[in-house]
Amino acid sequence: MVKLKDALESCQEEYFLPGNSCCAGCGLEIALRWAMKALGHKTALVTPASCLNVVVGLWPKTAPNFPFTNMAFAAGAAAATGMSAAFKAKNYRFPGKGWDEITTITFAGDGGTADIGIQGLSGAAERNSDQIYVCYDNEAYMNTGIQRSSSTPHGAITTTTTLGKERYKKNLPAIMAAHEIPYVATCSISEPLDLYDKFKKAKSIKGCRYIHILAPCPPGWGYQSEDSIDLARLAVKTGSWILYEVEDGIMKLSKKSKILLDPTKRIPLIDYLSKQKRFSKISEKDLINLQERIERNWDQINLELKCQENYGK
Amino acid sequence: MVESQEDFVQKKETIIMKGNVAAAYAAKSARVQVIGAYPITPQTTVVEKLSEFVDNGDMPGTQYIKVESEHSVFAAVIGASKVGTRTFTATAGQGIFYAHEMIHWAAGSRLPIVVSIASRGAAPPWNIWADFTDVISQRDTGWLSSFCATHQEIYDEILMSYKVCEDHDILLPKFIAYGGFILSHTSKPVILEEQHLVDKFLPPLPSEEGWPHIWMDPKRPMMFGNLIMPSGFYYEFRMKLHDAFIRAKEKIKSVAKEFESTFGRNYGNGLIQEYKMNDVEVGVIIYGDLALQMEQAVDDLREEGYKVGMIKLRHFRPFPTEDIVEVAKKVKLLGVIDRATAFGSQTGGPVSCEVKSALHNTQGTANILPIINGLGGREVTLDQQKNQLKMLVKLYETGEIPKDIIHGTLWDGLLEVE
Repeated sequence: MVKLKDALESCQEEYFLPGNSCCAGCGLEIALRWAMKALGHKTALVTPASCLNVVVGLWPKTAPNFPFTNMAFAAGAAAATGMSAAFKAKNYRFPGKGWDEITTITFAGDGGTADIGIQGLSGAAERNSDQIYVCYDNEAYMNTGIQRSSSTPHGAITTTTTLGKERYKKNLPAIMAAHEIPYVATCSISEPLDLYDKFKKAKSIKGCRYIHILAPCPPGWGYQSEDSIDLARLAVKTGSWILYEVEDGIMKLSKKSKILLDPTKRIPLIDYLSKQKRFSKISEKDLINLQERIERNWDQINLELKCQENYGK
Repeated sequence: MVESQEDFVQKKETIIMKGNVAAAYAAKSARVQVIGAYPITPQTTVVEKLSEFVDNGDMPGTQYIKVESEHSVFAAVIGASKVGTRTFTATAGQGIFYAHEMIHWAAGSRLPIVVSIASRGAAPPWNIWADFTDVISQRDTGWLSSFCATHQEIYDEILMSYKVCEDHDILLPKFIAYGGFILSHTSKPVILEEQHLVDKFLPPLPSEEGWPHIWMDPKRPMMFGNLIMPSGFYYEFRMKLHDAFIRAKEKIKSVAKEFESTFGRNYGNGLIQEYKMNDVEVGVIIYGDLALQMEQAVDDLREEGYKVGMIKLRHFRPFPTEDIVEVAKKVKLLGVIDRATAFGSQTGGPVSCEVKSALHNTQGTANILPIINGLGGREVTLDQQKNQLKMLVKLYETGEIPKDIIHGTLWDGLLEVE
């Protein structure tokens, strides 16, 4: 992993400028800021409908200082496909001018990814569209005022799940890995250096790359804005949000999650949930159930890693 | 895909081909740089042919994107056009309806995307045959739209469209529609023009800077399409869109003229094309492939001594209001024939509504009889069209109202239903 000192020195430049209208403690802001530090200025971004449409600034003000285009809700991945194809076409006509060095990224929320955008994303992944698709996951439709998405976890209260969500969180990174794309990674805003490394690696790979970032939302989750990083860190430490990469089908746990292969290193889920108002109605039975699902999930990861070891031999 | 660096140059030649193949050849002649492809009947053979061109290395440098839906087709060509490339796709019927959101998006971004439409009926029940309700239902999205009556016109109109759309004073997307199966799947000789003449006729491909108003360039970072408050320029952007449509009328006319002097084929004034409209008492306004057969009907009736004529409507948007007013002064009675529906409107037919509206409060113009026929590909025979003309003459001479008038519109060729 990159050293903090090195990362800070190599990325003094800011691409998502202060003065944007993110809420204090916004997870999205931290995610985009660090992602762009890794990607650099030769990046063109598409964002479908999401908080990002708004927080970048109302016309004519704008906070990003890199090419940035807004898109319809379901259209992020497809528009990025068109853009990256056009950069190739442009490189054919104007060779040697660097048009082939531009990284095209889609930056979408969990609704724009897991719900309305999943068809376009799946299509882009299947045809190995040359782009990095980023989902910043705040686990609900926050821009429209906290409605449940398929990425909202079980038990969470939203304005459309007033008693807590019955269904479970859709496992988007696993769905993307099942598309056999060259690179899938999960990140948390509490681990910016890990995030930085993963974006650097993604940038060096061609084809469709998918990065899923857990990005807590103070008003949506119900906590004080200064606690965003702590909550993202708790999500990792409890083992409920697992940091890993899948490169050409091979899964690798990232440092902060790898230590959790030892179950005694995982802190109890309640420590994470109890700090958020959205879980205030969760029952004891549900809590036990969710904790069990975490253990089961880790057992599956253990099996997967063992399977890979055997395959390696 | 053959990664060819060598330019492919089209010779002038006449080939017997399907209407869809003519559309594909036009895209090749226009040197489109990015193609979005998704199959839908009856358009599919357009993107099939383009795939063949690209795979054979006949379109060097062209990116062919195989997406998973029409919504994504339009999103992809919008993304590609924003970067500053010439783009093309083809669709039809349900595909247009599915892409409706992105169709608005393309126009709002003022992107000169050109799309061919092999028009088909709207489901349910499933229908894949000629009916222009699909393209006409996009009336208010901000796309220019035109109809083709012949195979040659498909090829020619696509070339003319790039010249109109990419004009920096216009910058609008455009649909080029033709009847599904009737033109898309039948074969006729089509003249393909020599590449250097097409290159000279068309504007050059976009420069490295791209379009004047929109680009994706790290050297010139800019944000496009962000939220704008009611006090911002949203309202003014909309007015400018309408203004561009009105200015497009002159551009379409001048391009049609230039096309005729370059390639020798006449398409009236570009907006409308009159046929035997001198010394005429009764006329019809008609569009799409039925206009071609109607020429024959007019010829036959002229031989029998009837003073009839025809106006082929080439453009639906912008609507040629001034030309319609002028031509309506030449006749006493005008039948307006739609192969499309506008439910609950004053006539039930979209073009007849437009014509009525254009002639409202205009002195000395013809009376209108709205006619609807051929919906969902229902056959409209030459005899039927001749009878339409005879019926109009009879109505003009005797005032006799034809049967089958429903709510003021003649629904011609309905089956007898108990």
